[in-house]
Amino acid sequence: MAILDKHKILETNATLLLICSFLVVTIGGLVQITPLFYLENTIEKVEGMRPYTPLELAGREIYVREGCYVCHSQMIRPMRDEVERYGHYSLAAESMYDHPFQWGSKRTGPDLARVGGRYSDDWHQDHLRDPQSVVPESVMPKYDFLERTQIEGQYIGDLMATQAIVGVPYSDEMVEQAERDFRAQADPDSDYDGLLERYGEAVNVRNFDGKPGVSEADALIAYLQMLGTLVDFSTFTPDASR
Amino acid sequence: MSNYLKLIVLGVLTVFFMIAASYARDLAYQVHAVILVFVAGGLFLYTLRNTDEPVVAPNTGEYFDSVVRAGVIATAFWGVAGFLVGTFIAFQLAFPVLNFDWSEGFANFGRLRPLHTSAVIFAFGGNALLATSFFIVQRTSAARLWGGNLAWFVFWGYQLFIVLAATGYLLGGTQSKEYAEPEWYVDLWLTIVWVAYLAVFLGTIIKRKERHIYVANWFFLAFIVTVAMLHVVNNLTIPVSIWGSKSVILWSGVQDAMVQWWYGHNAVGFFLTAGFLGMMYYFIPKQAERPVYSYKLSIIHFWALIFLYIWAGPHHLHYTALPDWASTLGMVFSVVLWMPSWGGMINGLMTLSGAWDKLRTDPVLRMLVISVGFYGMSTFEGPMMSIRAVNSLSHYTDWTIGHVHSGALGWNGMITFGALYYLTPVLWKRERLYSLSLVSWHFWLATIGIVLYAASMWVTGIMEGLMWREVDANGFLVWSFADTVAAKFPMYVMRGLGGVMFLSGALIMCYNLWMTVRRAPAKEASLSVAVPAE
Repeated sequence: MAILDKHKILETNATLLLICSFLVVTIGGLVQITPLFYLENTIEKVEGMRPYTPLELAGREIYVREGCYVCHSQMIRPMRDEVERYGHYSLAAESMYDHPFQWGSKRTGPDLARVGGRYSDDWHQDHLRDPQSVVPESVMPKYDFLERTQIEGQYIGDLMATQAIVGVPYSDEMVEQAERDFRAQADPDSDYDGLLERYGEAVNVRNFDGKPGVSEADALIAYLQMLGTLVDFSTFTPDASR
Repeated sequence: MSNYLKLIVLGVLTVFFMIAASYARDLAYQVHAVILVFVAGGLFLYTLRNTDEPVVAPNTGEYFDSVVRAGVIATAFWGVAGFLVGTFIAFQLAFPVLNFDWSEGFANFGRLRPLHTSAVIFAFGGNALLATSFFIVQRTSAARLWGGNLAWFVFWGYQLFIVLAATGYLLGGTQSKEYAEPEWYVDLWLTIVWVAYLAVFLGTIIKRKERHIYVANWFFLAFIVTVAMLHVVNNLTIPVSIWGSKSVILWSGVQDAMVQWWYGHNAVGFFLTAGFLGMMYYFIPKQAERPVYSYKLSIIHFWALIFLYIWAGPHHLHYTALPDWASTLGMVFSVVLWMPSWGGMINGLMTLSGAWDKLRTDPVLRMLVISVGFYGMSTFEGPMMSIRAVNSLSHYTDWTIGHVHSGALGWNGMITFGALYYLTPVLWKRERLYSLSLVSWHFWLATIGIVLYAASMWVTGIMEGLMWREVDANGFLVWSFADTVAAKFPMYVMRGLGGVMFLSGALIMCYNLWMTVRRAPAKEASLSVAVPAE
């Protein structure tokens, strides 16, 4: 074939070969990624979605740090068994404030996209301390050091300020009050009106680990207990075309 | 003069890292700062000792092989380390008690799994690519590596990247993007090293004495430039503070998922496929002593492969919140990708035309050939699993893990072993390997290990996929999630045993290579003089 003879031009010129290879490998990504920043169903806002509270965000950081996403997905597919087992299929909007996303790729353990409110705080404590004590078949490692590790939340405001730069709607007030809100959410005896005013009435304010102070277990359970609870599917029906 | 400049820079860096260590907001960052104090301080002392000493000029008429030798050693070392961690975490999944109480903040499965994946892909695979690409580009260009000691900078810079990434995972420094877990400053460092790698590689090609650029180098070049692009876009983060490891990625949710799997699938496509095809195009013709089967096929499959691979990412996101059109594109391109993938396999296998008898007598060639066989198998399995109906069953299950390992252990592992067996006698100027029968042992242990691994993962993957979706006559789910976990136990043990066999094979290889350097008879004539296109 004559056209293949022309390949000589490329394979005798290193710079040209480099440039052509680079152009060829950029096309797929441009076509697949760019529209996602414009299309209605990937950028729509759904009622109920709010940024994480400081305590939940700290819990999410622990979730990331421990590599929970390695074994737990947060993405329910619209198949009958998944909807039956885990709840309504996941919407794009439900992870719009997740930098980075936590959809996962493997279910060594069950999906956690809607685990919020399914189990009691006590169950979560027992489960993190010794998973096999509540689920004998489980192969999950123990995370009992979380409840022994106290956290102050002194850097959580900085994290929220950085998230605000990339588009998460944290107000200046939220950032300023971050440390206060962080402590208030884990202490039902505190003055948490400001927290509810900023993040909504539905925010869980509890002593999640049942112990004084704010531990990593408090933060992680606060995060787990709100997962998938923000959108109310009794009043919201997503558009069928995807 | 340049030494004084170096001393100033290294001194400033040492002090800066000391300050960083004391201001550190988290443990990973602090430990990294201390490591960097030692690295920068050590280099400062080394430079100081060599300042105003006479410089021994390297023989520029010879190939730059010392860095390739170091690469061979690093490949073998990180390979064993990565296989060891992999085997251990395989048993952690079968026996959760191996997540020891005393190490639970550092060595639970969730922290060790990224350590394993990065160790095998980036440490073992990456060093194999560095070593072989430096070896091959010199031989096929008849030129010494461009840039002098820049090649050493690439090698040691890359090892530093590995150490920072690995210790970071254990200490909790991760951004949770699979195969791109290292935090912002480690990413920045890798970017610098990678640009230097591109400069050395491209510089060597530009000063080549051969008119044509050999096909292996097309693949290496495409691999280097594409990985640079993927790495930068997938790691665009804003650090929360320069005194902490935490950063926030630009993308979120569905956009981040798409960027991640565009990166993730092409880490496979370019790091583990295009780069390794470069290895195939050199070592198989050399070991079989036959020319590459078809020049035209190599042109067509090269361009088709690099164009198509980049589209395949969305098949990791079927039925998710990613729009259907994107996942359809991913599926279609993945299926089409089967053709150029098999084009490469055919070109590799058919190179043996007229030399098939050598498979009986040469276990190194056998290793190279079975790696191409595994490549063909997993590039058939992959497109099949990317079909939406198949993926609805296979996604989230162990089947995916099995698929990855038949590719990684079979294709990347075996071809690297073959390359190491080829390179060691050449680089250390030995007549032959210490023992061919040990190579045979390695071959069979590794092959049977892979078969055990892949077969057990097919069984658990398809089993759990079917159990998850089974409903009874009344429409209720039959199995709880915990039931499916319990059912997988025997296969998890089997998978672990497969890993033990693969690891034992690699240890035998290390012994054999070591003894080759120590005991095998030396070769008389030097091979390292630059002669046209070996």
